Amino acid sequence: MAALVAAPGVLVRSPRRPRPSSIAWWVTCLVLAALFLFPLVMVALTAFKTPQEAVASPPTYLPTEVSFGNFENLWNAGAGLGVYLANSVGVALLTVLFTTVLSTLAGYGLARASFRHSGAVFVLLLAPMMVPIQAMLTPLYVTLLNLNLTDSLLGLACIYTMSQIPFGTFVMRNAFLGVPQELEEAAWVDGAGILGGALRISLPLAVPGLATVALFAFFTAWNEFLAALIMLTSDSRYTVPLLLQNLVTGQFGSIDWGMLQVGVLLTSIPCVVIFLILQRYYVEGLLAGSVKS
Amino acid sequence: MTALAPRITSRRRRTFLRRRRAIGFWLTLPALLFVGAFFFAPLVQMAWMSLNDWPLVGVIRFVGAENYVALVQDERFLGALLVSVVFVLLATPLTVLLGLGLALLVRANRRGVSAFRSIFFVPLVIGFAPASYIWLWLLNPDVGIVNKMLRDLGLAQGSIQWLAEPGTAALSVVTLFVWKTVGFSMLLLMGGLQGIPQEIREAASVDGAGRFRTFFSVTLPMMRRTVGLVFVFSTVGSFLIFEPFFILTRGGPGSATTGVVQWLFSTAFFAFDLGYGAAASFVILAVLVAFTGLQLRVMREESD
Repeated sequence: MAALVAAPGVLVRSPRRPRPSSIAWWVTCLVLAALFLFPLVMVALTAFKTPQEAVASPPTYLPTEVSFGNFENLWNAGAGLGVYLANSVGVALLTVLFTTVLSTLAGYGLARASFRHSGAVFVLLLAPMMVPIQAMLTPLYVTLLNLNLTDSLLGLACIYTMSQIPFGTFVMRNAFLGVPQELEEAAWVDGAGILGGALRISLPLAVPGLATVALFAFFTAWNEFLAALIMLTSDSRYTVPLLLQNLVTGQFGSIDWGMLQVGVLLTSIPCVVIFLILQRYYVEGLLAGSVKS
Repeated sequence: MTALAPRITSRRRRTFLRRRRAIGFWLTLPALLFVGAFFFAPLVQMAWMSLNDWPLVGVIRFVGAENYVALVQDERFLGALLVSVVFVLLATPLTVLLGLGLALLVRANRRGVSAFRSIFFVPLVIGFAPASYIWLWLLNPDVGIVNKMLRDLGLAQGSIQWLAEPGTAALSVVTLFVWKTVGFSMLLLMGGLQGIPQEIREAASVDGAGRFRTFFSVTLPMMRRTVGLVFVFSTVGSFLIFEPFFILTRGGPGSATTGVVQWLFSTAFFAFDLGYGAAASFVILAVLVAFTGLQLRVMREESD
């Protein structure tokens, strides 16, 4: 367990051994890194070509002149890029909000206040993990229909929240289990209420867990495609992945590859940047999420 | 902590614990209600739907097991199941093997290694949809860079229609799947490798085992559990793959690359045959459970 949690950068340094194969290692890694980055780099380069050059056949490797024409075109596509971005951000924020609040409350309740049948409740909260969302879309659609939440960002956020609650509850329960009980008792003796102690003492110490849960909720809501495709029907409610779909099915005319590259870039860059900044929480979350099953 | 302890008498402590236990249930309730409304209720409804003829609009009619009987005779559904299974068999071993290779490459701490780990991991945080659109463009016969490179290197003439034929289309999606998910396998397997005490490997080499011998006879058996986990994750992920085929081939040509999730999507949301789709969902779940159960079993038996 301890070894699994060792994320990049937090490892114990293994004793130095002479490495005659050092050059071979560098060459292998550099070649592989180039292969891994190649698709992303090409997308970024094409995004800055002029709209004409971006659809040229045969294509060019590098832009002959740097242009923001594709960005301008995408900005005005359909209902306007601003609308799609706002939809995506909205769904993601709602999902993050719902998931963190529900998981924190449940995680605390399960970790600290073990009541009768709390074990069974924990299992119930983990249950959605066993059924992939792809297999449940039919009844979920009917559920949203009954609640009048189809074609609604709120309805979509509810589905994403449901899929994130098992992971969130699991992580938050562990986070609270890691905070010493005595600290809260001391706060209570000092006159803080039960929840006051939880809020002021335990919650700040559980922030790393909270960050992990928020991060995964955000990535899920931001990247998800199939549920959004089914639940959202009007163009003005589409999230960014669905905008990409519109660009390709030629709803706005024939395929504009330059616009598509900008769309892909704008969808991916927030994820890559957030990952690079909060790498530690992301990796810890992945390991926690996989070890549990 | 011990400095604070004397202030808390055991009676007060009991009061504190009792009160806290009382609120515990109420704190858990919102999440429980939410999961009830958006998971358990739909799940029960799905079970009920699967026993009915359930069009989106129109009369709902109880048909018993009819949907299930029709499913196991439905060639399109069985075909989709086959497509998904074949994809699992192509993608999973490759993802695990390449993940192991990468894990061995970046296992030890050395200069530059954390940058490489991040680079191999980055595709994982990008959505499957944008990743698929990248492939769609790279492989496009007219504007795609892949054909252009092959031509410039003299490896191909004319343009290759990568996505028009089932074989090359599947190959394209396998590369996409591996590119996008191998970082996850790498991460888990790296953890497994690091969990093996250095002394054990050293002991093996003292006993005269070479590097390969040590790897296959000592290292690999010791990380059976991790390898099993990676297999399960990769199997579930590749079995339920949707976006790449939907975006790259639309399931075609014909239905040659239509997997189960895409079949489900078109049955429920284009043909609006919700009951039939619900029944298929349960069959898909059963296949998944069988798959992962079998893999875990094999891994466990090998350990005995």
